[in-house]
Amino acid sequence: MKRLFCFLALMVAVILVGCGKPDFSDAEKKTIASLALSRLPPLKPDTTNRFADVPAAAALGSTLFFDLGMSRDGTVSCSTCHKIDRQFQDDLPQAVGVGHTNRRTMPLAGVARDPWFFWDGRRDSLWAQALTPLENPLEQAGNRAAYAHYIKARFGERYERIFGPLPDFSGMPLNASPLGTDAEKAAWNAMSGAQRDGINGVFANLGKAIAAFERSIEPAPTRFDRFALDLVAGAEPKGDAVFSKEEILGLKLFIGKANCVTCHDGPRFTDNSFHNTGVPPVAGLPPDRGRIDAVAQVEADPFNCFGAYRDGDASACGELRFMVKDAPQLVRAYKTPSLRGAATRPPYMHAGQFSSLDEVVAHYAKAAPSVEGTSEVHPLELSDRERGALVAFLKTLAE
Amino acid sequence: MVSIWRYLLAGLGLAALLVGILAVVYLTAPRSAQPAGPDVSRTKKSENGLYMASFVPERGVVRQGELESWLLTLKTKTGASVERAAIAISGGMPQHNHGLPTSPQVTDYLGEGRYRIEGLKFTMSGWWQLRFAISSGAGSDTVLFNVVL
Ligand code: HEC
Ligand code: HEC
Repeated sequence: MKRLFCFLALMVAVILVGCGKPDFSDAEKKTIASLALSRLPPLKPDTTNRFADVPAAAALGSTLFFDLGMSRDGTVSCSTCHKIDRQFQDDLPQAVGVGHTNRRTMPLAGVARDPWFFWDGRRDSLWAQALTPLENPLEQAGNRAAYAHYIKARFGERYERIFGPLPDFSGMPLNASPLGTDAEKAAWNAMSGAQRDGINGVFANLGKAIAAFERSIEPAPTRFDRFALDLVAGAEPKGDAVFSKEEILGLKLFIGKANCVTCHDGPRFTDNSFHNTGVPPVAGLPPDRGRIDAVAQVEADPFNCFGAYRDGDASACGELRFMVKDAPQLVRAYKTPSLRGAATRPPYMHAGQFSSLDEVVAHYAKAAPSVEGTSEVHPLELSDRERGALVAFLKTLAE
Repeated sequence: MVSIWRYLLAGLGLAALLVGILAVVYLTAPRSAQPAGPDVSRTKKSENGLYMASFVPERGVVRQGELESWLLTLKTKTGASVERAAIAISGGMPQHNHGLPTSPQVTDYLGEGRYRIEGLKFTMSGWWQLRFAISSGAGSDTVLFNVVL
């Protein structure tokens, strides 16, 4: 009798253990492991920017990133939109600088690992990216000649210690740029080739200093990473690394039936590529065709990898060299954003189209066709419980 | 009286044993037996049989998310190396409605029918297809390789 009871108890225990433990197949475990932050490889050197890992350059870059003087009217810096205490974004559907822009501010954690920058990838290096808002009339709205004068006046010594002598400023106009107002363009065109090259060189170096600073902005480990570490090590998750049933279901859906991991993959939850996911345009904003219109822009950018201001050799330019230039898949394709920290920084998508993760998941479930081009996502049969579970899982990436 | 309880308990015990065994079997069974995937052989005959082609990563391993170079080796039916072939590359992910994320190109001929193809990038795990349209003195033909990550 006693033995029988023991046996019964044992069997019940076997059943209970089988039900209670997070239960993942080997394939699922492999995928989960591939998403853990511990799998993030060390940041590669950027040979196109020989100051990328020079501490003095990063320090100057940090100063410039937060400096309101780096704008036409002294009211906007990078950090106006990329706020240090808000994951380097601003919680707005579309960013506001000197004017109201057409896109959402992108968070910057891990950005130095990307091959392309902006929602449409119209720049091919972190340092070339940094030059764009400086001259965009809706963002910092300055011009490169004015920035060069400003640097000489405010940070001349610091600059020269890092980058070497500033060019000769005699006869340089105070305001000039090939992208500015008509007067600034005229002033630019009136400059000699050597003068333009001098200004462009200083301008590129500002980008290189800012990029050196941005390389230090990296994602931090989350509850998901602690859970994944334990799961892979075969250890029982402890403390906040324990996932609820709902979070486990969400994780399983994310890497399984809901197919999220096909695009949101690797430790940063992004494939660094461009996809049309059928996100609707925002009424009232100018037409936005995504990647398809960015191709010509990055090719024309004098600061791209093939341009004169790159350090190192052209072997670093593979992404630009083998870029897809013309394919229907580029229409309304946008860069896959990292999902780390996303739960605590609504709104979502390239122009803040959705105000909550529930709306994002509803969008994927419905998979409405794109207004232009073809969406890559297919409708999903998701119960209310499953939708909630996906959201619960996404929250573990922000805790 | 006693015996009825005994039978009941024994019955319960047996039921629990059965459930227990089922649980053990279920818990230890190999998971998700993958349905037979696409043919991933790295050496194949072209569609009309004009070429034997092989397609391998130059550094031996495939790494997701990085620009890679691969080697395409072309031989004729009789085993002769195919030189000066014109090769056009296309492909994509058949299950995701999209083409390749990069435009890989032949960047070098290494002799003995070997062509270096640079600029390949597999950005996601899953089933990729690469199609080579080949034309040379031996004629025009295509060959399709599947790469599953
Ligand atoms: C007016 C607000 C604003 C200012 C000022 C601003 N940004 Fe941005 N930033 C944005 C927006 C909006 C985007 C996305 C724009 C797009 O895709 O067209 C963006 C994109 C980026 C990206 C690309 C991130 C990625 O994942 O591709 C980087 C890097 C960046 N900004 C850095 C900077 C730096 C450095 C400065 C200062 C020199 C700066 N930003 C100034 C709003 C701003
Ligand atoms: C085909 C590739 C693809 C798939 C599959 C995919 N995503 Fe996305 N995801 C993207 C792209 C691209 C964007 C940005 C789209 C835009 O702004 O227009 C995005 C944006 C998001 C955002 C907003 C992040 C932000 O910062 O704005 C969330 C959250 C998200 N996806 C979650 C998911 C979930 C959950 C799934 C699975 C149900 C999923 N994604 C499946 C490519 C994909």
